[in-house]
Amino acid sequence: MSLTRSSAIELNRLFVSGEVSAREIVQTYLERAEQWDRRVGAFLELYRDEALARADELQRKRDSGAELGALAGVPISVKDVLCHRGHVTSCASKMLQRFESPYTATAIERLLADDAILIGRTNMDEFAMGGSTENSALGTTRNPWDLDRVPGGSSGGAAASVSADFCPIAIGSDTGGSIRQPAAYCGVSGLKPTYGRVSRYGLVAFASSLDQVGPLARSVGDLAVALRSLAGYDGRDSTSAPREVPDYAASLEEAMAGVRIGLLEEQLSQLHPAIRDAVTGAAETLASLGAVVEPVALPHAEYGVATYYLIAPSEASSNLARYDGVRYGLRVEAADHAEGGLVGMYGATRSRGFGPEVKRRIMLGTYALSAGYYDAYYLKALKARRLIQDDYRRAFERVDLLLGPTTPSPAFRLGELTDDPLELYLQDLFTVTANLAGVPALSVPAGLTEEGLPVGIQLQARPFDEARLLQVAGRYQAATDWHTRRPRIA
Amino acid sequence: MNMASFRTVIGLEVHVQLKTRTKLFCRCSTRFGAPPNTQVCPVCTGMPGALPKLNRRALELAVLAGMALHCEIPRFTKWDRKNYFYPDLPKGYQISQYDLPVSQNGYLEIGDDQGRFASKRVGIIRAHLEEDAGKSMHDEAAGVAESRIDLNRTGTPLLEIVSRPDMASAREAKAYLTELKLLLEYLGVSDCNMQEGSLRVDANVNLHIDTDSGTIATPIVEVKNMNSFRAVERALEFEARRQYDQWRQTGERLGDVPKQTRGWDDQREVTVPQREKEESSDYRYFPDPDLVPVVWSDAELAAIRQRLGASPREVRSRLIQEAGLSAYDAGVLVQQGPAMIAYWDAVIAEGVSPKRAANWLQQDILRLLKERSESIDEFPVSAEQLAELLRQVESGKLNTTRGREVLTVMVEEGRDLVSSMESLGIREVDASELETLCRELLQKNPSVVEDVRAGKVKAIGALIGQARKLNPNADPGAVRNLLMEMVNRS
Ligand SMILES: [Zn+2]
Repeated sequence: MSLTRSSAIELNRLFVSGEVSAREIVQTYLERAEQWDRRVGAFLELYRDEALARADELQRKRDSGAELGALAGVPISVKDVLCHRGHVTSCASKMLQRFESPYTATAIERLLADDAILIGRTNMDEFAMGGSTENSALGTTRNPWDLDRVPGGSSGGAAASVSADFCPIAIGSDTGGSIRQPAAYCGVSGLKPTYGRVSRYGLVAFASSLDQVGPLARSVGDLAVALRSLAGYDGRDSTSAPREVPDYAASLEEAMAGVRIGLLEEQLSQLHPAIRDAVTGAAETLASLGAVVEPVALPHAEYGVATYYLIAPSEASSNLARYDGVRYGLRVEAADHAEGGLVGMYGATRSRGFGPEVKRRIMLGTYALSAGYYDAYYLKALKARRLIQDDYRRAFERVDLLLGPTTPSPAFRLGELTDDPLELYLQDLFTVTANLAGVPALSVPAGLTEEGLPVGIQLQARPFDEARLLQVAGRYQAATDWHTRRPRIA
Repeated sequence: MNMASFRTVIGLEVHVQLKTRTKLFCRCSTRFGAPPNTQVCPVCTGMPGALPKLNRRALELAVLAGMALHCEIPRFTKWDRKNYFYPDLPKGYQISQYDLPVSQNGYLEIGDDQGRFASKRVGIIRAHLEEDAGKSMHDEAAGVAESRIDLNRTGTPLLEIVSRPDMASAREAKAYLTELKLLLEYLGVSDCNMQEGSLRVDANVNLHIDTDSGTIATPIVEVKNMNSFRAVERALEFEARRQYDQWRQTGERLGDVPKQTRGWDDQREVTVPQREKEESSDYRYFPDPDLVPVVWSDAELAAIRQRLGASPREVRSRLIQEAGLSAYDAGVLVQQGPAMIAYWDAVIAEGVSPKRAANWLQQDILRLLKERSESIDEFPVSAEQLAELLRQVESGKLNTTRGREVLTVMVEEGRDLVSSMESLGIREVDASELETLCRELLQKNPSVVEDVRAGKVKAIGALIGQARKLNPNADPGAVRNLLMEMVNRS
């Protein structure tokens, strides 16, 4: 098998055993990315020289007999939303297009501590707001399965980078489905961990109570290795959980007989037929592997999108206030604005620096938090969020996992939903509830449409039960081959 | 026109900087006076992705202050974001406490040692924690308006103490501030240094005026920019007069006009209208999702309560009851701060009589401290050394005048008691030495002997004066007794 189709686990084994050098691995992936990314547009920047230098450094470390981390020799792409000292962290926004971070996010520190090789930063919807990566102010990313289609978003560059075999693992972030939805659209596996499982320190905030860093990969096995590296308590993030990190890869080997899986039947209506077939097919496969499948419901899940689109913009309106042109990032002088002076500078900077979707969400959030509207919108959304959390708690009293679709439909065409933000928001219908409830959820490839587009199924688990989630998804991939299908970029 | 009778109604909002080494949500130093922007990090400069981490000590100091103010300490407290744009507010919001402060519903007892107003309790509505903003420096010299921002102070922990409108005069307001400052100093919660900005005061003031048609209230005015307690007193006196005049002219009542903010001009001794911050009314408070709420256990609160030392009020009554000081003397000593009381306690512990200790501390030590512009901590004579000196005075080995001379040497030359006495030539005069001295005097002054024998006992005084010149160490009382004895014997 060629290096660009090898799993991260296999690449690590080849490097550690001495069969392949780190430089050879990195060179191979860089060359592929350099050849094909002009079409796909997954990357905003490739760290060519730095990645090769690091490969050589790791090679010396290996050759000296020093102990190596679990990701040694593995090329990884990073969504351009994680701060990395000495590197641009743009969030695909004109506001931060030239912003070089003075410090490094905990998630990146952990990957580097495990000897990963970061090969570049990937495109995304501006400030992670969107579901198609079309909201990037810095470039277009295309779906490797069909270059006329979107890769999904907001981690669209991340999903495309794995789908196109530019790297075996990509790091993304997920606030309402931003890892799982592009994973489904691009035919890769993607995991949103439990809220608090991975430190948010250095993750540029979109909606702080929903954001979570997670991996995308070609297989569940690679997700397990990546999660093990990313996860763990961080004293710099008050919301990170002081819990031990299990050896996820080891749990993949366990049999899954007796696992109780709840099928979210209500989500099967109004689905694209290929996706409905993928979910019911997965239910049968899992049952044949020993799972007990029974129908369950999340009665308040239908309010998920409405709830999400109040809470997330509210938090965002506050989180994005710091981009004011005073200390870093873009500054546009007041001369360009109707009002002069300080207020003019604020206005000019933020008008010019933010794209339309970011502005729309800042306005939505500002409105929802305003005096006189707070109770009717933000407070009510918090109550609905509590009801959704209760739904999950009750469901997990009966079953260990929830099974359903990741998205209602496969990847749409570029520009198809640009003028219809509401329709675009509905693509988040099945994914937002996991963020609202804080539970872990993943998407794995589970079929192809007649047009040959990948579709995904979603599995969700109790908080901090990623081990079970990965175990069942891993058994599913052992029994099926959807995750091994690759696009032909043309 | 005759003056209608009116009452002044004053409420105060006091911000005090808590005495922590590091800031409220990061590990940067809170030291005053460092070069601009040298005590900053990604957190307190509002870098993308940086997260706050609560300084536990600041929270405990806030609770301690709340307890000393007889406040309830709710079991649950949380953090809220107060959103507004200002160049010295890096995140675009201030982390504060909105509806669930760390302490509430307490009081502070104030009195006047000259009886100018009756002792009373001033209600405390709440005392909550928040982070300070940075400092804007505007340089409008040479016609070019230039603003510079220093973020060293950003994130410094502040306790905002909001009183009820329970004060009825500028004098009461000053007494409240004096007592509050003293209380916080005794607790070790704050240095309360107005020059360094660790204590700031805003006042809300209006009048209740008795008219024929009942009592009416004038519009409430917020007075800012008062840089000393004296300034607060004068500003409030001015503002009461101004509001009265304004009412006579306009008849404006509470509710007729929006709340006004005025600044105190120390030079001109007037309050002047201040420009309001743009759209300051709606701060869109909402719970900060980056911080977890605090839930106190009984044990945690009990542990903090144990650190509650005696309040100034309690120290005053101890000095009055245990040491027999007058209310005035006790007040003067307590006013000096906790270090002076510690000094006092150490002197008393060495067995010096309280009355004598009080005299010396008030007359001599305070004068010396003032002359030397020192605090008692810097004073070169320790409590133990002073006690040693005072014991000499108490036993009659030194008279008060000699004692003062010795103290001066101890302070100025940094000598201990013995060496100071030596340098002044002070030593004990033994019996034979005294006898020789007295015999000599009687021989040289036969006329005095005659006068005494004739019943003019007062004549002996002339000899005592001569004895002091011949030997300053001779105790005048002992000389007198021996002289009388010798005259009568011969
Ligand atoms: Zn800092």
